[in-house]
Amino acid sequence: MDTLFQQIINGLSLGSIYALLALGYTMVYGIIKLINFAHGDIYMLGAFWGYYVINTWHFNFISALLSAMVVGAASGVIIEYFAYRPLRHSPRITALITAIGVSFFLENGMSYLFSSNTRDFPQIIKQVNYHIGGVLISNIQVLILVTACALMVLLQLIIKKTKMGRAMRAVSVDADAAELVGININWTISFTFALGSALAGAAGVLIGLYYNSIDPLMGMTPGIKAFVAAVLGGIGSVPGASVGGFLIGILETFVQSIGLSAYKDAVVYFVLIVILLILPAGIFGKNVKEKV
Amino acid sequence: MNKLLQVTHLVKNFGGLNAVADVSMHLDNNELVALIGPNGAGKTTLFNLLTGVIPATSGSIVLSGDHGTYPLNGKRAYKIADMGLSRTFQNIRLFKNLSVLDNVLIAMTSKFKEGFIPTIFRFPSYYKTEQQLVEEAQKLLAIFELEKDTDVLAKNLPYGTQRRLEIVRALATKPQILFLDEPAAGMNPEETANLTELILKVQHQFHITILLIEHDMSLVMSLAQRIYVLDHGSLLAQGTPDEIKTNPAVIKAYLGEEA
Amino acid sequence: MIKLKANFKYNVIWFLIMVAGFYLMNTLILVGVIDSFIENMLVTIGINIILATGLNLIIGFAGQFSLGHAGFMAIGAYATAIVTQTNSTPAGFYISILVGIVVAIIAALIVGIPTLRLRGDYLAIATMGAAEIIRIIINNLKITGGAAGMFNIPQFADWPTVYIMVCVTTIIIVNFIHSRAGRAVTSVREDEIAAEAMGINVTKWKLAAFVLGASTAAVAGSLHASYLQTIAPNDFGIMESISILIIVVLGGVGSITGTFVAAVVLGVLDTVLQNFGTLRMVIYAVALVLIMIFKPSGLLGTWELSIKQLWRRPKRKERVES
Repeated sequence: MDTLFQQIINGLSLGSIYALLALGYTMVYGIIKLINFAHGDIYMLGAFWGYYVINTWHFNFISALLSAMVVGAASGVIIEYFAYRPLRHSPRITALITAIGVSFFLENGMSYLFSSNTRDFPQIIKQVNYHIGGVLISNIQVLILVTACALMVLLQLIIKKTKMGRAMRAVSVDADAAELVGININWTISFTFALGSALAGAAGVLIGLYYNSIDPLMGMTPGIKAFVAAVLGGIGSVPGASVGGFLIGILETFVQSIGLSAYKDAVVYFVLIVILLILPAGIFGKNVKEKV
Repeated sequence: MNKLLQVTHLVKNFGGLNAVADVSMHLDNNELVALIGPNGAGKTTLFNLLTGVIPATSGSIVLSGDHGTYPLNGKRAYKIADMGLSRTFQNIRLFKNLSVLDNVLIAMTSKFKEGFIPTIFRFPSYYKTEQQLVEEAQKLLAIFELEKDTDVLAKNLPYGTQRRLEIVRALATKPQILFLDEPAAGMNPEETANLTELILKVQHQFHITILLIEHDMSLVMSLAQRIYVLDHGSLLAQGTPDEIKTNPAVIKAYLGEEA
Repeated sequence: MIKLKANFKYNVIWFLIMVAGFYLMNTLILVGVIDSFIENMLVTIGINIILATGLNLIIGFAGQFSLGHAGFMAIGAYATAIVTQTNSTPAGFYISILVGIVVAIIAALIVGIPTLRLRGDYLAIATMGAAEIIRIIINNLKITGGAAGMFNIPQFADWPTVYIMVCVTTIIIVNFIHSRAGRAVTSVREDEIAAEAMGINVTKWKLAAFVLGASTAAVAGSLHASYLQTIAPNDFGIMESISILIIVVLGGVGSITGTFVAAVVLGVLDTVLQNFGTLRMVIYAVALVLIMIFKPSGLLGTWELSIKQLWRRPKRKERVES
């Protein structure tokens, strides 16, 4: 029983990172139907920024997190402006390849500039472990969970309560109609990228604290996992991305704990395929039937 | 005598909505029947049920052939097409990026067989079948004066011609029954007149049964031998054009309570 | 019958081009213009052509976004590695290709029957997952050498084998596309509902394209294993599937000629950039993004090289002039 709780705690911590990333995928997908392959690399940029400012400028956790979010948001907006905006009316598969190109560019550009070595993330918060009824929880896990949940609530508030959030929802339903009622499409899309990328930047700092090591290719695997999480939850759905992220996190740690760590990813993909076969548009996705 | 197509107590529910509620109807050989009704009456849904695009909630659809009767409900759309029910679509659904000829050839796919190996390695038998296919398609296109446009992409045809091509494509499946979903939608009076002639020609030349959804009453009244009126998913009336014209229930449905 | 003769003529022309290409290669190697370095590049390009034409059939013609091509390539590669380990003869090599094809077909059916119902990106992610599952299984089996992979695979695939296989698989795929089967497959891409209403068994034709693409990928895998003599599960990961996809999109989705051009362009670019070290992938990435922005429909769009049309065009002109 204790191990089960332990796995759930570990799974939730990992899952909250996936969830933060998945939110970016799902928002961008919802608004321009693009699988933003470079999203995982923004998370890498966030981690590197955190590494840099903590080491050189001695930022504390909060300022490192917030500044990484700003850097993430800025890079997201810049990428969208230069790489995706010219392709807004091109075939979607073209935009996807461009996104892959951007991802290669960020990964290899960082490797070129700062070497591809793995480095230790500065531990600005001293790890303290609590034993609560046989379950081991570290203060970093609590911090990750709390930060991730706070950000998700904040995001939900922005989407539901603000004018910009309303514009985002409108554009994702029907961009042309939104434009007709006076919504600035370009602004709204930039804002969406900023929001999603800010979350990725935050996730980068959090994972640095949690796993203690970062490298230029660190965004690849979590990026793909987070995209799977977004699809699992129903891509385009904000609550779906959170749920999908937590589900995959828990599933992974659980499979690992029963001694099948070699098959960890295979199980994740298998569950994904099974869920898609039952719910072809994910858990929260709407299955829109084509009208004849 | 067996009816060519017998529909009994057909029901389709979407969630709580009865899109088609207990419709029974039949089609005879070589008949031209119209299906009319206000917008949202369930006409296209009924077409979709009959052609297998969506499954019925309950009820039966039975086709009579030379060797007995075949139930159609629960069958996939391509099987139903193979059994001789073909259709056009309200919003034209041609294969837009393919040529006029290819559009027709595709509809003939299941009527001609070619093995995988002869196809891949281009045996003489492959060329023979292919030539037969093309000749037959061109013959059909010539009947509808489309022989000059064989290499044109379907999306580049004028609107009226696209509707015509959709009918040709449906005929290429060699149907016994042809369902036409608002063939005159978006046409001017002259085009509609041409279409009327075309439909009559199709029926006489190919000896098939036609069921037609149409809002243009002049077209319906001049073509149809019998008319079914659908309202709120159920049959409101049926009969000859003259009977329908004077049916008080139909008039009320079309013009509202106050009329 | 006139048509039959004409078609025969075009087929002969294509055949002569292939033979001429073979002798050109042969001579250039004998003369020393093509050294082993360039030969290696050409073989890689050839294998990529086989992979990408198969994927183009699935994506460009059947309209099914598959992102799991590397999984089927892995099956072919491991079939050859395992079979030629025990039967190290040319016959063993060809048997291994057949084994790879058969296993790939079975895998494609197992993956395709349930997942091809999914649409667009959902299908992409499901096929990607399926390919990863194949890779992870290979990664954990004893017979496949686990994560370390397999080495000292006997080399039966030299450049002529690869050249002939490129010709054969391309002929098969192009002939498939230009036939009743290919039209049925394309109609599925255009409009599934209309295709089904015209008597096209949509599931069957999607599966046919998927299985054919998968089996040619297995052939490419066999050649890859036998030529390089070393394989590891990580050679067949998501990134490999993506690099095949890049060839297809760069050349033009729906253009086999484009696939050839893109495979050659990328192959040469890759070789030239080897001198740049780490900067290589940066330049590659920038080139990729720029090509996509300035040529969104790929290098050739949907244009296809056709001897038939090249032949007819001058004739038509003559008629106008006379």
